[in-house]
Amino acid sequence: MSERMIELEVLRYDPEQDEAPRFQTYTVPYREDWVVLDAINYVKDELDRTLSYRWSCHMAVCGSCGMLIDGEPALSCHTFLRDCPDKIRIEPLQNFPVERDLVVVMDDFMDKLESVKPYVVPKEEKNIDDGEYLQTPAELARYKQYTACINCLLCYSACPQYALNDSFVGPAALAIAHRYNLDSRDVGRSARDDVVASNPGIWECSFVGACSEVCPKSVDPAAAIQQTKIASTADYFMKFLMPWKRK
Amino acid sequence: METINTDVAIVGAGGAGLRAAIAVAEANPSLKVALISKVYPMRSHTVAAEGGAAGVIKDNDDFEHHFHDTVAGGDWLCDQDAVDLFIHEAPRELMRIEHWGCPWSREPDGHVAVRPFGGMKIERTWYAADKTGFHLLHTLFQTSMKYTSIERFDEYYSTDLVVVDGRCHGVTAIEMRTGRVRFFRSKAVIIATGGAGRVFPFTTNGAIKTGDGMAMAYRAGVPLKDMEFVQYHPTGLPGTGILITEGSRGEGGILVNKDGYRYLQDYDLGPPDPWPRKKAMELGPRDRLSQAFWHEQQKGRTISTDSGPVVHLDLRHLGEAKINERLPMVRELSQSYIGVDPVYEPIPVQPVVHYTMGGIDTDIDSATCVDGLFAAGECACVSINGANRLGSNSLTELLVFGARAGEGAAKIAANGDAGLDGEAQDVAETAEAQVLALFRRNGGAESVSGLRRDMNEAMEAGAGIYRSEDSLKTCTGNMQEIRERYANVVLTDKSNVFNTDLIEALELGSMIDVAAAMACSAMQRKESRGSHQRLDYPERDDDTYLRHSLAHYSSTSLPAVKYRDVTITRSQPAERVYGGAQE
Repeated sequence: MSERMIELEVLRYDPEQDEAPRFQTYTVPYREDWVVLDAINYVKDELDRTLSYRWSCHMAVCGSCGMLIDGEPALSCHTFLRDCPDKIRIEPLQNFPVERDLVVVMDDFMDKLESVKPYVVPKEEKNIDDGEYLQTPAELARYKQYTACINCLLCYSACPQYALNDSFVGPAALAIAHRYNLDSRDVGRSARDDVVASNPGIWECSFVGACSEVCPKSVDPAAAIQQTKIASTADYFMKFLMPWKRK
Repeated sequence: METINTDVAIVGAGGAGLRAAIAVAEANPSLKVALISKVYPMRSHTVAAEGGAAGVIKDNDDFEHHFHDTVAGGDWLCDQDAVDLFIHEAPRELMRIEHWGCPWSREPDGHVAVRPFGGMKIERTWYAADKTGFHLLHTLFQTSMKYTSIERFDEYYSTDLVVVDGRCHGVTAIEMRTGRVRFFRSKAVIIATGGAGRVFPFTTNGAIKTGDGMAMAYRAGVPLKDMEFVQYHPTGLPGTGILITEGSRGEGGILVNKDGYRYLQDYDLGPPDPWPRKKAMELGPRDRLSQAFWHEQQKGRTISTDSGPVVHLDLRHLGEAKINERLPMVRELSQSYIGVDPVYEPIPVQPVVHYTMGGIDTDIDSATCVDGLFAAGECACVSINGANRLGSNSLTELLVFGARAGEGAAKIAANGDAGLDGEAQDVAETAEAQVLALFRRNGGAESVSGLRRDMNEAMEAGAGIYRSEDSLKTCTGNMQEIRERYANVVLTDKSNVFNTDLIEALELGSMIDVAAAMACSAMQRKESRGSHQRLDYPERDDDTYLRHSLAHYSSTSLPAVKYRDVTITRSQPAERVYGGAQE
């Protein structure tokens, strides 16, 4: 019995040699239990040592291996060959500069993540020996979903606003800001507002919701952004209604 | 070659590296920290840890229990002064992470919740559902952004330590975006590069866990300690080796063989009921569970699949609500990767290489024998894990000893300049020349992927769960040959930009050194202890081997293995008892 084979059409680009990106086609065996990353690893190990891409955990938690698979942003370690056609097109995540082959430059995201102050700003510093901040399961549940972001950048690749305007802070960073804003241990919301509640922040989002559709961890950044908009709008009106009340 | 001057260079930005960086920044904000990693911090393999982190916090627990569980779990190869320090620091470090925002799972009254874990007498494992490592890593990474003295160098692959006259002066690293080698000139270096599970073909470890930091320190003259001790986790998914957390047994999951029989009762871990209960059956230590699987396989009582023999991990009796609350990732991983929903079907599992107990020889201050060089986390061997690590001690370990490494490095760095500019520069340039020689080599016959496969197979065949003189002789012979073949590795990729052919070649070089240390240390230890099981020497031999092995690097031959006494303070070696015998 001859082995079933499939084709990977992979975008290649080496800035030292290529004037423009090109596609290269590889024929690899089909295995029922393989993910797209397994097929790419087969290319790397058996066919072409020059192909560059990022990967590590192979269990959808490190966030390294996001790519466009047949035009859709996806984790290649979590996309099964059995759910793909016999010819699969693989490209780097869109909306980012290509560093080489399937590797994108992600400096912009790292800067944006840092800009939203993604850490607890406590009301007052508590001594370690005084134990934990009490947080009930209900308080944990308020923000838990937004802690699940693995920084895979699929949402930035899917976002039409980020495509148009890369000053947009973007779905993942805003969801992470929202996560801290909702945490009962945190009082940093006003400190984050400079970035979050600004025009390149939440108000740039046009609520297409593509980010939430591609999120492999069901973080739902679109909901985070809408909730932040509502909170921010309430703040704005409260300033007039109750000018003595800060935050 | 460009030199980047800094005060403390940290290699590796997973849990230990990040904790160390924050410790330096908090101890002395005027010190510059270069946090160097071959991947972005959140890709580090700490991210994949699931079950939790151990630390005494509840009223029904005390430090003595954690101490004795750890020492007995490690088959008395732990240094007891280090264990004492570790267990006392553990709750403080976990509390710190709570203050930094880790979403620990909670009790109804808002206190941090704990769950039972293998080999632990009392439930003391803090957890964030079954994504504890993920949350710990992201909490540390995001918190590290508060500190302006920490400068990250993401996607820099470190190649060599710069050591002159027994003093570390920095590290060389390839900037992957450009292919250029940089010299990070520093007053102290901390290695926090994680383990080396990728030495074996079937492992829970991510692709990045290639023992680079261990190999760097080893080549620079620091011995690798207790490298024969490699932990097989008893419950990996067949095919991929994806980890199914011990937390699933902590929550009440059971292991059954092809007859539906809870076979662990045949291996001094029973009786099976009542269940669940601590330090018994499925909550025995990992070494014993993986070894029991091997025996079941010998008896023909495992289940055959295309991906090899398996047993069944049955969670069905926990019910959907509890599985969703406590083990959501287990359900998702199992459904995605093998099409099994644990709510309705048992999960097929098999033992899989998970953790290297051994590593860079450090003392309880995370310091090595090279001045100014520290190591922490899985790459280091203090040793608190001895011959077998207990589940949920490693996340705590990387916090406790990462912090100590940072504090120690900060002290050294504050004491001023290390001097010896010229010599250090020469060493760094030699390191650069070696990278360039590999990069430019032509006409070699070996490919990285082919040689890596041969190394993986040699290790699995010769140094797996059960070992013997014959298997190890073959293995060390193979490793010597593979090492010689490595000199003929040739790269296909000649680009300077993100050249993973080059990085994988360097990683392979690290793995070969580490693998040889494992095989030679295993051959020389003629006893069975913890995770190191010899078919030809089935008993523990305290008279001869209640000692740490120390593998010393040689550029021309296999390592020389020497020994050092274990530090015993108050727990004399005894029989390890689990199940009914200890209750």
